[in-house]
Amino acid sequence: MKELIIIEPERQEHHYWRELWRYRELFRVLAWRDLLVRYKQTALGALWALIRPFLAMVVFTVIFGHILQLPSEGSAPYALMVFAGLLPWTFFATGLSEASNSLVQNAGLINKVYIPWLIVPTATMVVALVDFLLSFCTLFALLIWYRFMPGWQLILLPAFVILTFAASLGPSLWLTSLNVRYRDFRYVIPFVIQFGVYISPIGFSSNLVPDKWRLLYSLNPLVGIIDGFRWCILGGQSQLWLPSLAMSLGVTLFLLWLGIRQFRKMETSFADLI
Amino acid sequence: MSDAIITVENVSKRYLVGHHSRHGQRYTTFRETIVREASEFVGKAVGLVSGRPNVQNADVEEFWALRNVSFEVQQGSVIGIIGPNGAGKSTLLKILSRITPPTEGRILIWGRVASLLEVGTGFHGELTGRENIFLNGAILGMTEREIRKKFDEIVAFAEVERFIDTPVKRYSSGMNVRLAFAVAAHLEPDILIVDEVLAVGDADFQKKCLGKMDDVSRREGRTVLFVSHNMSVIKTLCPTTIWLDRGVVRRQGASPDVIGEYLALVSPSQDRLLKLDDSQRLHKYDDSLRLLSLEWHCDLPLQHGAPIKGRIRFRARMPSYDLVIGIGFANLEGSRVLTYETDFQGGFRPDISQAGEYCVDFAVESLPLAPDVYALDVFCRSSEINSVDYVPAVTQIEVVAGPKTPICIVQHNTGVHLASSWAWANFREGEQPASGARLE
Repeated sequence: MKELIIIEPERQEHHYWRELWRYRELFRVLAWRDLLVRYKQTALGALWALIRPFLAMVVFTVIFGHILQLPSEGSAPYALMVFAGLLPWTFFATGLSEASNSLVQNAGLINKVYIPWLIVPTATMVVALVDFLLSFCTLFALLIWYRFMPGWQLILLPAFVILTFAASLGPSLWLTSLNVRYRDFRYVIPFVIQFGVYISPIGFSSNLVPDKWRLLYSLNPLVGIIDGFRWCILGGQSQLWLPSLAMSLGVTLFLLWLGIRQFRKMETSFADLI
Repeated sequence: MSDAIITVENVSKRYLVGHHSRHGQRYTTFRETIVREASEFVGKAVGLVSGRPNVQNADVEEFWALRNVSFEVQQGSVIGIIGPNGAGKSTLLKILSRITPPTEGRILIWGRVASLLEVGTGFHGELTGRENIFLNGAILGMTEREIRKKFDEIVAFAEVERFIDTPVKRYSSGMNVRLAFAVAAHLEPDILIVDEVLAVGDADFQKKCLGKMDDVSRREGRTVLFVSHNMSVIKTLCPTTIWLDRGVVRRQGASPDVIGEYLALVSPSQDRLLKLDDSQRLHKYDDSLRLLSLEWHCDLPLQHGAPIKGRIRFRARMPSYDLVIGIGFANLEGSRVLTYETDFQGGFRPDISQAGEYCVDFAVESLPLAPDVYALDVFCRSSEINSVDYVPAVTQIEVVAGPKTPICIVQHNTGVHLASSWAWANFREGEQPASGARLE
């Protein structure tokens, strides 16, 4: 039996998620394309995924650990603490900047063919995810170098990876759909990322934030996520402050809901706007 | 219940076109200006974060690209869609392909739809031919298994076997188009929506594509909707035709009838200055070369046997030393019958040493076109900077009978008529030909 497609001014709700599932193969192909294209015509190729966070770690360690002499978490090496924070941050930042431009970059598609557009920014996030997984090589090298043994907490790391993915996807969806109408947002993103480096506890420990401000500080979802990463990787040396984590989770889910809502609202008119 | 595979019910599509009307307003005081600008800014900022359109201080005009369009398409039929530029053909195809939603109305479609609004959608220059086949196939809705099964067939159809592992950015444009069409031609949707893709490629490949389209519809029994400006192609491929005019269905019926009526009704243009807008181009070319306008410097309508003169205005973004500019006349079935271009027997070579806007004048001593209505094409190209701009069927232009008969006559259906010597043949060996001699 052939299926029936009904085209109406307003798309029906219940078809949406089923259709998204039907296009899962295209999702895979688009992610595969983005991966193939990412390091084409670069001499170092995927090594860039290792080099960038490593250099950032060196700079942060020198500035915050050696020049400013800030304390690490427990007795963990400062470089390791910085890297544990850089991992989710780099993932978040790469995902945000790539996914936010994904629709505009695929403008040629939007005018010419129908696909559920939600898969485009999501597929782009996969590229950031692969970069992120690659940089675990650096993490393991650092662990061996410092002869540091993570604790049982490491098995909870995947949960924080998913949280980072969601934290990056939410604002990305919102920005990418608005970017279709107003290219202003292309200029907002580098600014947000630059800003985020300073307001997230990447080069320093979030313990340095006074207790009375800590919850407010946790409105930045990256705070809970970075704390979580440090807790998983640095084992007993780092304490997880649950209210901060709960706050991160809440803000992330809220932003994700907001992003999806905005995206769905604008999705049908992408072709008319781009 | 009929066995319609597509049912279109009262579909309308509205676009909002904004006109800024700032000139009409005068601010009396500086403070008022500041207040207005500030409130406008706040309004814009709010619009920005919520993605609403900015309509402050702008008159918004409604434009209905389609108005109450209804029709039914039966399973396995091949329908041509014709109409002048701006009739709503592309909008209709976009709605049927679900690229843009209708403003009103409803469409029911039974089965899988594949739309080819442009060949090579999603091609990525950095990827190889092989990779692009999978990418493009997936975008057009094929599963990976289907693509694997047909991979060899696609490569053979496109004739790119040797270059299948080369990035497509190194392909010639012809190879690119062939590969793209090959993927599209091997789709197996229930309904295929095609927009003018056959306007690309060389003549041989076009013939191959038409053959494939015919196969798809006739042998495999698929439903095809086909938009084209080329009436002879529509006549060959599509038994039925829908004629769209300014957003409404003007007529629907057997192709010869509808096309005949359409051709009889398109009225030729009398405008002396023809602007060449982006919307008139079938394809997006790079903008190194852009034709801007054509202006007639002779009387309209053009006269058979009389001189024609005109000026073509264009813009170049970079220097070029082998520019070719020209105009062409096509019959209303879409075949070119006459071309005038700078690149003819060592003629004028318009060299450009720097970017800018230029004009060239052309003159023809005696127009050989027989009195009829033709479609006017304007084009320019440069192989040095590898760029082209081509505006087909800018307008319909009428040629009327003139006072003189030219030495050469071009007919829309019988080709070029040239002077030649004719005389009575000898009816017997060795005898002088006599005038009026009859065979006895």
